[in-house]
Amino acid sequence: MLKCSYDALNGIFAKIAENAKLYLPADKDGKTDYTKWAEGVEWSNALNTARSPKDFFFPQVEDLMKFKVEGKSIAIDDIREESEDFVVFGVRACDVRSFDILDRVFLIEPYDSYYASRREHGVIISCACTRPTETCFCKTFGIDCTNPGGDITVWRCEDALYWQANTEKGEKLLGTLGLESADESAVNAQKEQTARIMEKLPLAKLTTEGFGGGKTMELFNKPEWKSLSEACLGCGTCTFVCPTCQCYDVKDFNTGNEIIRYRCWDSCMYSDFTKMAHGNNRLSQVERFRQRFMHKLVYYPENNEGIFGCVGCGRCLAKCPISMNIVKVMKTIGGSAE
Amino acid sequence: MQKITRDILVEKAVSLLENGTVCCVLGWKKGEFDYDVTPALFESKEEIEKDFVYDDFCGANFSKYLVKKTIKAEGKILVFLKPCDTYSFNQLLTEHRFDREKVYAIGIPCEGMADINKIRAIAGDGISEIKCGEKIVVDTIYGDKHEIDAKDVLLERCINCKSKKHVNYDELLGDEGEVIESNRFDEVARLEAMTPDERFAFWQNELSRCIRCNACRDVCPACTCEKCVFDNPKSGVENKAPANEFEEKMFHIIRAFHVAGRCTDCGECSRVCPQHIPLHLLNRKFIKDIDSFYGEYQAGAEVGSRAPLVNYTTNDLEPSEVFEGRGE
Amino acid sequence: MQVKEYKPLIVAFCCNWCSYAGADLAGNNRLNYPADVKIIRVPCSCRVNPMFVLRAFQRGADGVILCGCHPGDCHYTSGNYYTRRRMALLFSMLDYLCIERERTRVEWVSAAEGAKFAATMNDFAEKVAALGENKRLEDLRCKK
Repeated sequence: MLKCSYDALNGIFAKIAENAKLYLPADKDGKTDYTKWAEGVEWSNALNTARSPKDFFFPQVEDLMKFKVEGKSIAIDDIREESEDFVVFGVRACDVRSFDILDRVFLIEPYDSYYASRREHGVIISCACTRPTETCFCKTFGIDCTNPGGDITVWRCEDALYWQANTEKGEKLLGTLGLESADESAVNAQKEQTARIMEKLPLAKLTTEGFGGGKTMELFNKPEWKSLSEACLGCGTCTFVCPTCQCYDVKDFNTGNEIIRYRCWDSCMYSDFTKMAHGNNRLSQVERFRQRFMHKLVYYPENNEGIFGCVGCGRCLAKCPISMNIVKVMKTIGGSAE
Repeated sequence: MQKITRDILVEKAVSLLENGTVCCVLGWKKGEFDYDVTPALFESKEEIEKDFVYDDFCGANFSKYLVKKTIKAEGKILVFLKPCDTYSFNQLLTEHRFDREKVYAIGIPCEGMADINKIRAIAGDGISEIKCGEKIVVDTIYGDKHEIDAKDVLLERCINCKSKKHVNYDELLGDEGEVIESNRFDEVARLEAMTPDERFAFWQNELSRCIRCNACRDVCPACTCEKCVFDNPKSGVENKAPANEFEEKMFHIIRAFHVAGRCTDCGECSRVCPQHIPLHLLNRKFIKDIDSFYGEYQAGAEVGSRAPLVNYTTNDLEPSEVFEGRGE
Repeated sequence: MQVKEYKPLIVAFCCNWCSYAGADLAGNNRLNYPADVKIIRVPCSCRVNPMFVLRAFQRGADGVILCGCHPGDCHYTSGNYYTRRRMALLFSMLDYLCIERERTRVEWVSAAEGAKFAATMNDFAEKVAALGENKRLEDLRCKK
């Protein structure tokens, strides 16, 4: 384990930024979001960012190609640019897990080269949590917020910032930073303290009991879906703030002289989600609402060795306009204990 | 703190449900925490007694739900309306969006609703309990206790509340309020007074945060089109993401324009925006302009009034005269 | 002589009954107005949805002008009265978002006012040219 003092941090950021673009959570106008580091940008104390870091690998809008039609011929232009190296600093445990969840979708055959290239060029430096909030429930999904993973992990202890590499990529980067070695006692003390706080969280006892692969038939026709979705506005807030939602739509934009084919995030809450030639297969908001939660809690684990498609970051709890969310669904449908 | 208590509303709802006046109740349902209240349709006495709440976090405006719920309901729906909600209610009636006969509306007084984001900014992480009394008392899992004056954490729309008067109801609980003087156009005026470059930078910064979740549109009681132009692939402007700066601007200009003259300034758009974009400043700009160009008009103040954009006089202001007398 | 390199692209929505005929008359009378004014004929000026104006800017217009019958002379009795209100509000909103106010205009041109049509277009094109390219409401994807 290595450490650095907080005074030296700016210099370390500068060093990282020499070879790669560095992004870290920073406060602006009372909100926190990932911001490109430059001299003067300060690392935020906030628990987490408003937008999840999934944008780094799976941006909301991404141009795939351009084509031009001239007479009977079509010229296709691959507009992909080679990704540049980048480092995302200060990612929380829940969001780190979200990358695994995205990987299982984008990095299986047919594998998504756009996503893969970004994954290859990105280094994730995670940060252990010390002050979880009431909307946190990462523990429900077996995530240890004191040991967040990623390529490198940092612990924000009182005396210093502690660093540890978890992967080869991480080791390579950490090796260039010239940090002093340290013992683990401060980190261990912090881990214990955070674990005690985790026990006290209001959602600490939420379990995934009743959910998982193979539960489709049991849960699909539950009458509770109707009352749960009753007030749903059908907006895309939950989807777009979610670090694990990975559905997208591919669209063409006619610029007047060529066509740009791009993809953008889609939301299963939208009326034209997965609309096909025969029409739409989910006609009511109940069905659309159910799809979102069944996907995260049943379909995804069914196809991915029991790993759930939610990481408990709590963004949807904080952002939903009508305060309906996955926790309420889990408690109502799964009958999870209080 | 709200002057009217939950118990009075529960008693009222239960009695109307039991004597058959209404078949269901549109009300606020207790959430996981003390602040995440959800709109819900209650169908039984037990549900109401268990989960109905009314406190400082009941901001949701139920008017729009009536459009869909009245179609399905077999009898009357009981709805509780705060003063600002009654304006949206009237506006929807003006546009014939639901059947008034199928609604039993109870006007309830409102002392302004609290903004959880403002409370969080004061109390910090880990809110474990919020009590709405004389003061809002917030406890956190970290052992902090904050006593907050409700006035300091009001929603933006409540700070600039335009009316405590109920403009439509079958029954009123509490006292009849008055239309009040508000400073709701001050912020618009402040923006207007900026230099163009400052103002451009302001909007560029605000609108660039848009994630196009459509929450502002979907919650808006004036947005009740069966199919929105932005969802219709044949319109040529349909999109699910703000692909660039132009689309961000276009979406928000058109959203605000489409409700111009019909927007009652209920403030739901800004309340629900997950990115905290001050969308009400677009809507209020239209209201302010309408007031100054065509005379004061409050959408929803009365049923059946003709909105300014579907009306005219032969000596209206010319578009070229809009900027006359406005320097720069 | 000074050579102007930049020529603004102007979209003019002209009502079928007055202004389009006015443009015709301007042509018949050999009156000059910039060739970069692209006329789109609409049945009535009130056919112009605010979205049309925005889309014109998106597709590369530097200025958008609406021409209709004089108030009181609308072929459909009242269409241009609605246009007047709509565009007053829209232009004020565009100005609020800092799209230069000189880029938008409404002008009433009757079928007999060929000279006014040409003069209006010349004046408008000149004002827009002075502003330069539309940068504040452009869609970069549509730029060549």
